[in-house]
Amino acid sequence: MELISPTDFAKQKIQSVQEYAAIAFQAVANLFSRPRYFGDMVQQADLIGVGSLPIVMLTGFFTGAALAQNSASTLQRFGSLSLIGQLVSLGMVRELGPVITGLMVAGRNASGMASEIGSMVVTEQIDAMRALGTDPMRKLVTPRVASTVFMLVFLTIISDALGFAGGGWVSSALFGVDSHQYWSTAWQILVFQDIFMGLVKPLLFGFIISTVGCYYGITARGGTQGVGRATTQAVVASSILIITIDFFVTRLSMTIFGQ
Amino acid sequence: MATPPLVAEQATQPSQGPSAIALEFENISIAFEERQILDSISFQLRHGETKAIFGIAGSGKSTILKLALGLMKPDSGRIRLLGEEITEMSEDQLFVLRQRVGIVFQESALFDSLTVRENVAFRLLEEAQLPENEVEDRVREALSFVELENKVDLYPSELSGGMRRRVGIARTIITHPEVVLYDSPTGGLDPVTSNTIIELLVKQRDVYKTSSLLVTHRLQDAFTMGTHYFDKAENKMKPLPPHSRAIVPMYFLILRDAHIIFDGDLESLRATRDEYIREYIS
Repeated sequence: MELISPTDFAKQKIQSVQEYAAIAFQAVANLFSRPRYFGDMVQQADLIGVGSLPIVMLTGFFTGAALAQNSASTLQRFGSLSLIGQLVSLGMVRELGPVITGLMVAGRNASGMASEIGSMVVTEQIDAMRALGTDPMRKLVTPRVASTVFMLVFLTIISDALGFAGGGWVSSALFGVDSHQYWSTAWQILVFQDIFMGLVKPLLFGFIISTVGCYYGITARGGTQGVGRATTQAVVASSILIITIDFFVTRLSMTIFGQ
Repeated sequence: MATPPLVAEQATQPSQGPSAIALEFENISIAFEERQILDSISFQLRHGETKAIFGIAGSGKSTILKLALGLMKPDSGRIRLLGEEITEMSEDQLFVLRQRVGIVFQESALFDSLTVRENVAFRLLEEAQLPENEVEDRVREALSFVELENKVDLYPSELSGGMRRRVGIARTIITHPEVVLYDSPTGGLDPVTSNTIIELLVKQRDVYKTSSLLVTHRLQDAFTMGTHYFDKAENKMKPLPPHSRAIVPMYFLILRDAHIIFDGDLESLRATRDEYIREYIS
């Protein structure tokens, strides 16, 4: 392996960040001028949103169920099993719903975007598109970013709801908690701050997943091996960014709204 | 017998002035990772001409095509395409100009998730100004030009290499571009399929009078284009009459060590005393 000087390494990393920022900015800026590809946005919304529905529903349900199970064993010791609805509710809406959904969609779609666009780059299809007078940023990147941001919000809401249901099923079936009590406490504990945090996160995660996926696709080099590398990097980078951003958004939200 | 497309006087005395030039490179230089690919090269392509570019692998032939279309920017020099200086143009301005120019890529570069029909109609659908039946008619017309009208519903992966090149040509010519750039259109194909593609290029040159740059490794393809014309009446390529003064607008450009070492017609190429060129064309 060729050794690289620390200065060149730093320059490469800064250039990558610069390229990513330019792609992310352009993807959003394209929404405010013509042409806009609504057909491609709908197609992507179907692929990303409807296509991810089964995995999001399954992971949401079982995350809620596992959360209830773990919480119940602790709450039982203090005789506070009635609080289980509140724990599942807050955990799902504020944290697990957005993060688990984001990670699932990152695994499924950031990789898909990187491999699809990367393959187009290495087979000169992107150059062909430019040569045919079509802007690949508008045609490929902007629809994916807009659709992922839009659909991830709804996927997260569905995941939260299924998480509630999973928690409710475990609470009543395994721990004998009254289901009416579970649902009313789960619902009543939620305040504006929780809903706000739960809905801002998927907006940011959707943006991260799509821009990171498209960035690694557009910058893919080196044939099929390069596409494979881009796909892996897209999933790793978007997953790490989701978890990191999640911490900072939670901290910021708590600073603004209080605990 | 049908008359060949141009006689010697017309071909050797092209109309003067900037409007006669479809593409012009002026002192173009470009380097990749400190390796000089093109070093201050200059040439012109006049309207209606076809210019074949030769050179060993890595000599910058395909780079010339990408520079001509603004897909790459040169390190220095100026490129004029259809009367417009493109070296300082933004990508948005280039998108508009590229609608008047076509390129056939080495590996076809067809959109693999679209059918042949959608590939060929891509540019028309992007412009979104034509009714559906007219788009269909234009697609059929372009595909009949390359004799593939019965393959409209297939995907590129279901076509042979030669068919993919022909679909690439159909996609390029559907909007009747003023300039067409061909990047090794016969590379890796058998002689029969290569001949079919060369016939299409000659037809495009002689029937539609399109200006073209042709990058190729196959000398015989370019020589065929220099010694044949397209007979519209019989709808086939025919050799020029022997010992006649009739010629076709076919020129040759040879690259060596980042420089142009030859730029002229077939007769000049045959008459050259440059040892490298003589060895190259022998």
